Amino acid sequence: MTSCWSVQLISAELRSSKHWELSGEGTEIAEQGSHEARVFGSIPPQGLTQSDLMKLSFGKIGFSKAMSSKWIRVDKAHEGGPRVFRTVESIEDQVREKLLLVQRGNSSQLEEKEKNELKKRKLLSEVTVKSYWITKGSSFSTTITKQETELTPEMIASGSWKEKKFKPYNFQAMGVAPDCGHMHPLMKVRTQFRQIFLEMGFTEMPTNNFIESSFWNFDSLFQPQQHPARDQHDTFFLSDPALAHDFPQDYLERVKKVHSEGGYGSQGYKYAWKVEEAQKNILRTHTTAVSARMLYKLAQQEKFTPVKYFSIDRVFRNETLDATHLAEFHQIEGVVADRGLTLGDLMGILHAFFTKLGITKLRFKPAYNPYTEPSMEVFSYHEGLKKWVEVGNSGVFRPEMLLPMGLPEDVSVIAWGLSLERPTMIKYGINNIRELVGHKVNLQMVYDSPVCRLES
Amino acid sequence: MPTVGVKRDLLFTALGRTYTDEEFDELCFEYGLELDEITSEKEIISREQGGSKASGASDVILYKIDVPANRYDLLCLEGLVRGLQVFMNKMEAPRYRRVRPVSGEPQRLVITKETAAVRPHAVAAVLRNITFTQERYDSFIELQDKLHQNVCRKRSLVAIGTHDLDTISGPFTYTAKPPGEISFKPLNQTKEYTATQLMSLYKTDSHLKHFLHIIEDKPVYPVIYDSNGVVLSMPPIINGDHSKISLETKNVFIECTATDVTKAKIVLDMMVTMFSEYCAQPFTVEEAEVVYPDGKTCKYPELAYRKEKLSSEFINRKVGINESTETLARLLTKMCLRSEVTGAGDEIEVEIPPTRSDVIHACDIMEDAAMAFGFNNIPYTTPLTYTVAHQVGVSSCTVGRALTLAPPAVHIANPKTAEFQVARTTLLPGLLKTVAANRKMPLPLKLFEISDVVLKDETKDVGARNSRRFCAVYYNKSPGFEVIHGLLDRTMQLLEEKSARGDGYHIQAAEGKKGGGGGWHFRACRNSLNR
Repeated sequence: MTSCWSVQLISAELRSSKHWELSGEGTEIAEQGSHEARVFGSIPPQGLTQSDLMKLSFGKIGFSKAMSSKWIRVDKAHEGGPRVFRTVESIEDQVREKLLLVQRGNSSQLEEKEKNELKKRKLLSEVTVKSYWITKGSSFSTTITKQETELTPEMIASGSWKEKKFKPYNFQAMGVAPDCGHMHPLMKVRTQFRQIFLEMGFTEMPTNNFIESSFWNFDSLFQPQQHPARDQHDTFFLSDPALAHDFPQDYLERVKKVHSEGGYGSQGYKYAWKVEEAQKNILRTHTTAVSARMLYKLAQQEKFTPVKYFSIDRVFRNETLDATHLAEFHQIEGVVADRGLTLGDLMGILHAFFTKLGITKLRFKPAYNPYTEPSMEVFSYHEGLKKWVEVGNSGVFRPEMLLPMGLPEDVSVIAWGLSLERPTMIKYGINNIRELVGHKVNLQMVYDSPVCRLES
Repeated sequence: MPTVGVKRDLLFTALGRTYTDEEFDELCFEYGLELDEITSEKEIISREQGGSKASGASDVILYKIDVPANRYDLLCLEGLVRGLQVFMNKMEAPRYRRVRPVSGEPQRLVITKETAAVRPHAVAAVLRNITFTQERYDSFIELQDKLHQNVCRKRSLVAIGTHDLDTISGPFTYTAKPPGEISFKPLNQTKEYTATQLMSLYKTDSHLKHFLHIIEDKPVYPVIYDSNGVVLSMPPIINGDHSKISLETKNVFIECTATDVTKAKIVLDMMVTMFSEYCAQPFTVEEAEVVYPDGKTCKYPELAYRKEKLSSEFINRKVGINESTETLARLLTKMCLRSEVTGAGDEIEVEIPPTRSDVIHACDIMEDAAMAFGFNNIPYTTPLTYTVAHQVGVSSCTVGRALTLAPPAVHIANPKTAEFQVARTTLLPGLLKTVAANRKMPLPLKLFEISDVVLKDETKDVGARNSRRFCAVYYNKSPGFEVIHGLLDRTMQLLEEKSARGDGYHIQAAEGKKGGGGGWHFRACRNSLNR
């Protein structure tokens, strides 16, 4: 029928109807009465021993049902063994009556509840009947011509294709999926960001060190040793190897001084800076540690040259885990070092960067970072949510960080950062970060995720 | 970011006008604050403990405002209002003054040498003729809490104690004694306890148990007595009940004990600048003397006003604007940094008040000028920095080495979970876990990862390095080794490596156990390194 339907010889309409039917057991009861009624019927006035009753085919089921309906009673202490007696004169076999109703086609007279109860006892079942109403189709004929499914080289060679009828393609079905590999969405988004940085002339920083010393991760960035971020609650410390060594000694002394006494125009933090604290190894909390190393290296050059650096790599924070936060994630960072850069320049470069992501409406909010001043949170307008959402953090590195390194005084360094996971989750509509990252990744999502075009 | 909860209507009364939520949100944004949440006590309890527990709670609207972590002067309603009023040119920043007592000697706090072992520093001050209302009292307590959590690093650096001066009499002694020798009735208790008993008592107190560790194992505990032997407090744990503050209190004695004296001074300055507003002579603080074990005397609170000179050219240059010296001086004054044009060229003299301990360098002043100007009013410019981009190349790829010996791993001291104990040294477990979690996917599963592992390396300054690895897994009903073999061959082909012993790569069986799951363990060796 389906093949006739598909070539429009006929048109078919699917109809389905439901009705109730008696099961085998149900039919038996309709004829002979329910088990419990038959139990009742088989008890003479003087009663019947329970053991005899149980020998009857309907005995077991009927007995318990008749007991619960209070039609019979058992005298357990009777001589000759437990004896079953009638408790009422007559009974109404409701079960049988209901089944008879259904048998005669009057099932609508019963309530749903009653029908479901009988269904539970396996006396009734609901049957769905599917039927097709067939009428003549638009191409009706009484002969059937076989349709070809495929064009073959022989047909072309012989020219016989001109007389053949071909089965139309079924465009409703999906085609054969090509065998291919898939990139993880995070990697796709990473590639896009990397592309954006390279287009803007940024050089990639070598970030292949997850392990960092507190010195480079915090102290060189002018983050004080008492800062809460350096707590056990926020940072992962190492037990092995526990301490770093080989610091550039005179630079370390300058860092110590600016923290504890001030200098370079600063009051400093005025606390006792300890080298033991700086030596502690950690899993880096930001890739800004790498930026610090790169800037220090830059400062050791004979002559200063302006630079633009970027990095996209993994960082680790000992934070509360929830649907959008894991202990490790990827940070995207951009850094520009040149003479005479202004806050306006930072905004300009942020505009250029975010425009490449398709974000043109930006707003800046004063913020606080221990190592930048001024600091700005970057907000963009989300058309869907109709509100401003934070898209990144930025700032101008403090002189207390740059001057001890040896960078010239008129050099300003501007920087900004954001996470990789957040734009990926927004782009691919993923709400739980565990579906994106880690072994519980949703592979189907990876197979199905589209090309990453960040500007749309 | 610290969050301050203030009652909206109290806030508006103090500000002298009402705002819509959007207007206030806008004001916060400009000032560098964030209106995080609009809620009420009832809503909070409802959310945390269920609707039934919330039935008696207050409906009063609360604004939860996020404040930058370095602005200790914005941690209470009083400070917020003052900051915002000055920002909006509605008032001038008050001048805070330390004054001598009207009659008699200043209160004295004598530090003995025993404290050096546990908590060496202390500072003190007096708020004279203060008037508390329920709201002011609540705010007073809240600020201490916020400062404790924030700059005091959960009381480990500084602990604040406030006392009703009329219930005690100086001079006060700050000393340290063995716990068994300290006995007093602590706040909200009905009988006396020794310090040892208090340590056990507070082990189950949800608020105080977090601070016990600061002094618990020390041979002596800090304690402050008055001249009659009444215990004012046992810092940083608890104050004495005797000197507790009530709504009727008129004179307050504040003491801060600390391991960091700079922070102690900042904290004391914050407490007194915020609440001296409610003294009979507003914004005056009565001095107190602290005597050190070596006999040195210091007067507190410091309430120092520091002056710094900078040029308007510096500000204009760093921000990227072009404002006159007078305008910049006015903008800075709006930020509670009172400024004047000195007349010497474009020089501005800025006075940094005791409430702005966050200003430690000219760049902090410059940021405030930019904030007052309005970040979003600054024209943005494109830096002319010309650079050519470089990419980091794919460095040496070590194929499948060291599978027989467990490589030296880096260990985490405070792992979050058992899964976090070492930094991974191989990519294989991660891929296998991914396969295990995705078993329902149609087979075969072909997964790969190119990523870093971490290895111990004594030649590095941190003692460890990353190593880039490539790992692939094939999972199917049949093992399909030839698939992985083929992948390896293709990869080598793309890297221009020949399949040959000697100058190229080859595969050989590894000694030792078979790999789990009945697979074979192979090693691919390569003689040439470093591409």
